[in-house]
Amino acid sequence: MADTPLVNLTIEGRPVAVAPGTTILEAAKTAGVLIPHYCYHPGLPVAGVCRMCLVEVEKFPKLAPSCATAVAEGQVVHVHSEKAREARKGVLEMLLINHPLDCPICDQAGECELQDYTYQEGRKDSRYREPKRFNAAEDFGGDVRYVQNRCILCTRCVRFMDDVAHDTVLNVSERGDRAFIGKFEGKDLTHAWAANVVDLCPVGALVSKDFLNKARAWELDRTASVCTGCSQGCNIIVETRDNTVMRLRPRSNESVNQFFMCDHGRGDYRRLNRRDRIEVPSILGASGHVTVDWDVALEAAARVIKGKRVFVLASPNLSNEALHLLSRIARRSGGAGAFRVPLGGEAPLPGAPDLALRADRAANATGAQLLGFTRHDAPLDLMQAGDALIVADHDLTEGDAASLSKAAVTIVIGSAMPANLPKADIVLPIANVVEEEGTLTNLRGRVQRFLQAKAAPGMARPSWYVLADLLGALGEKADYFVAGDAFGALAASEAAFAGLTYDSLGLRGLPVIDAARFAEAAR
Amino acid sequence: MGYPHQPHPRETLVLSKHFGDAEARTLDGWKKRGGYKALEMALGMDPVAIQNVVKESGLRGRGGAGFPTGLKWSFMKIGDGKPHYLCCNADESEPGTFKDREIMRWTPHALIEGVAIGAYAIGAETAYIYIRGEFTEPIQRMEAALAEARAAGVIGKNAMGTGKTIDIWVHKGAGAYICGEETALMNSIEGRRGNPRIKPPFPAVAGLFGKPTTINNVETLAAVPHILNNGADWYKKMSRPDNPKSTGTKLWSVCGNIARPGNYEVEMGFPFGEFLHEVCGGALPGRTIKAIIPGGSSVPIITLEEAERGVMDYEGMVSVGTMLGSAGCIVIDSAQSMPKQIARLARFYAHESCAQCTQCREGTAWTTKILERIVAGDGTAEDLDTLLDIGESMTGKTICVLSDSCATPVSSGLQKFRHEFEALITRKTVHAVPTVVA
Repeated sequence: MADTPLVNLTIEGRPVAVAPGTTILEAAKTAGVLIPHYCYHPGLPVAGVCRMCLVEVEKFPKLAPSCATAVAEGQVVHVHSEKAREARKGVLEMLLINHPLDCPICDQAGECELQDYTYQEGRKDSRYREPKRFNAAEDFGGDVRYVQNRCILCTRCVRFMDDVAHDTVLNVSERGDRAFIGKFEGKDLTHAWAANVVDLCPVGALVSKDFLNKARAWELDRTASVCTGCSQGCNIIVETRDNTVMRLRPRSNESVNQFFMCDHGRGDYRRLNRRDRIEVPSILGASGHVTVDWDVALEAAARVIKGKRVFVLASPNLSNEALHLLSRIARRSGGAGAFRVPLGGEAPLPGAPDLALRADRAANATGAQLLGFTRHDAPLDLMQAGDALIVADHDLTEGDAASLSKAAVTIVIGSAMPANLPKADIVLPIANVVEEEGTLTNLRGRVQRFLQAKAAPGMARPSWYVLADLLGALGEKADYFVAGDAFGALAASEAAFAGLTYDSLGLRGLPVIDAARFAEAAR
Repeated sequence: MGYPHQPHPRETLVLSKHFGDAEARTLDGWKKRGGYKALEMALGMDPVAIQNVVKESGLRGRGGAGFPTGLKWSFMKIGDGKPHYLCCNADESEPGTFKDREIMRWTPHALIEGVAIGAYAIGAETAYIYIRGEFTEPIQRMEAALAEARAAGVIGKNAMGTGKTIDIWVHKGAGAYICGEETALMNSIEGRRGNPRIKPPFPAVAGLFGKPTTINNVETLAAVPHILNNGADWYKKMSRPDNPKSTGTKLWSVCGNIARPGNYEVEMGFPFGEFLHEVCGGALPGRTIKAIIPGGSSVPIITLEEAERGVMDYEGMVSVGTMLGSAGCIVIDSAQSMPKQIARLARFYAHESCAQCTQCREGTAWTTKILERIVAGDGTAEDLDTLLDIGESMTGKTICVLSDSCATPVSSGLQKFRHEFEALITRKTVHAVPTVVA
């Protein structure tokens, strides 16, 4: 990249140097100054309509909308000057005159920018003495409900649907203070990415029907994670309350999902909360499964595996760490592993580069392949007669079940009992993706970390922990105390992951060594 | 002055010379009156030379802002390889203004000629005349004249046989005041919602369809053929000797409580007091004029005394605390309640706000509600301060000036006629409704 000289300016007394063409609002962010705004969103075209981000620029005759004003050499910008604050105060008062102030029953309360900025710099009271405008709430289709009275007409939702989703559903209808967000006749917010308008809405005008009245924003704990709904690997925030996932929301990552996630991914929280979990290790005895302690179960598993070729049916949703350890268990026995990827329709988000709900509805097929697992439509065809079969969180089809008789013994290592599996000799419970930490490799070969958001049920343990213990029971040293250790072992032994460290991945991930070949596939 | 009235002897008839003369509407009739000579001349000139003549004449935009037309044209880089567009703003929606309507009704070819010259001067092969939808008759006249001009080869792919292309199309508005704002007008032509755009980019850089565009008012463009025919000096001479910044003639639309309402064409620098009392006939019998809004409803309201001190050009109006604007002169007399008149204006702006900017969308409606409550007799002393404060929030902070336009009559009205508001609040009658004059 050619070196473009940076533009130097001063924002709130702080020197800032940014690339030419940067807006004052974005430049201020680099100086640690948040200029209050509503209509501006870095993932959408600039509208410049809320007039909240007005700042005072020395030598400008009028206040400038910082979202739509490019920086210039030597500019001196005042965000908190009397003039700028008065202007914003005026905007806030205007935004509230017809607002119902129904924060106590509004889902947005606690994460509402109208609330936040009003507390921060709004008037203490309103001078509005007239009747407020009232309009009924409307179902916008999909997961979206429009509460018109709370709308500040920032048009983020309209711009998202028009310019990012390329599906013209929403518009601004009417004029003046009668204006509202309208829906074109016969259209609904059924686009695969439509629910992003709920996140984009800075106030409580667009709310999720699914999440409606379920939790207050301040009750939620938030954890960085990665969506496992498909192979895109959208960065997400898992929001939990009382050890239950309440909602999944996008976390911005310019290299993966910008600011968005699809509706399919959002719905994934139900799977993460499923109740039919395996909670204890057990061994099949003469009169059915017997609950045993972890030591007993691991010992038993090691005993039945020893001397046999191991075949692993591994879920392409497992972490790189779990897959690495599983591949080591298979390899040391001369065995192999395979997986099948559930498929669905592809649903791109046209306005964002290389972003789609992918046909591959699994988060780590790329990792599984890099770690030596074979992608196969009938993965159990690769199993040999007499193999010890480990079913690692992988569901079976009725077709798969026919091949099960080839297995000498069947061990389940999973968060729930696999579908269509009639018999398991040993069952080892593991945590699901929001109950442990680890890494996943998305379809472009980007390795991304997810963190633990809630506790695993019963005696279930993190997958890397269980598998490292199993390796130990088999006589192979695998003393990992934290997930990062398991990743370290993986990076040390798997060529594709060479050079990566758990810390260097950070919360936005890094590409594997030959990620270029995955990127190539994008074109 | 036009049909049905005879011009006043003190008028200077240039643009309005053929108002009321039905034959001037036809191509032949127009040519007989010297029409299209200027276009013929222009097409033989270098576009930059035309820009220079217009610059030299001192012609300024007649839509309200008064920007020098030649300078505006010179922003268009001839030969930059991009398509250029000319938009003629015939959306004339400013309350009190009805001059462009008469130009289009009576002298459609004058506008076509001006548009054609303007298009050629800025390197545009396509021009749009954006006419407000309610102007049904002017639209018919313009369409008919354009059809004639196209059929005769005056405009089109081989305009006046010169091989040059000048296509002119009429685009009808659909009833929104805001579409007279130049960037909203472009959005409307493009088929989008008529919302003003953020500037920059300015239209001369990225305008209609993202291409360099110039927007000129009807009256501005209609003046251009006269300037080419008679020379820049002739035009410049129509001004105050001490003020060369405002030149030419100006059409004034006068309405309200005045003896002879109508369109009047006078030279720049005409004394406003004489204009009101002599040319327009002064107040209605038995009444006295108390307030004037000289430039369309969005300029500050002035008192009669201020108006009498004023001269009718851009600078002259500024010096008495108002603006020339579009020269839609609204006269208000002693029989009217200022709060009521101002509330009515505010309601107009509240209705027409495009709803983009917060201060405008909410502020225009809030202002209206307060004013209407005061008029209804439910005002409080705090309301007046609130109104001024809202007005401050609405001024200079939005994408376009609709918001400012709503605040201006309110703040100037409150400043000059505060006693009327206060009297309403304290329930005192200030304006006696006069008995019907026989």
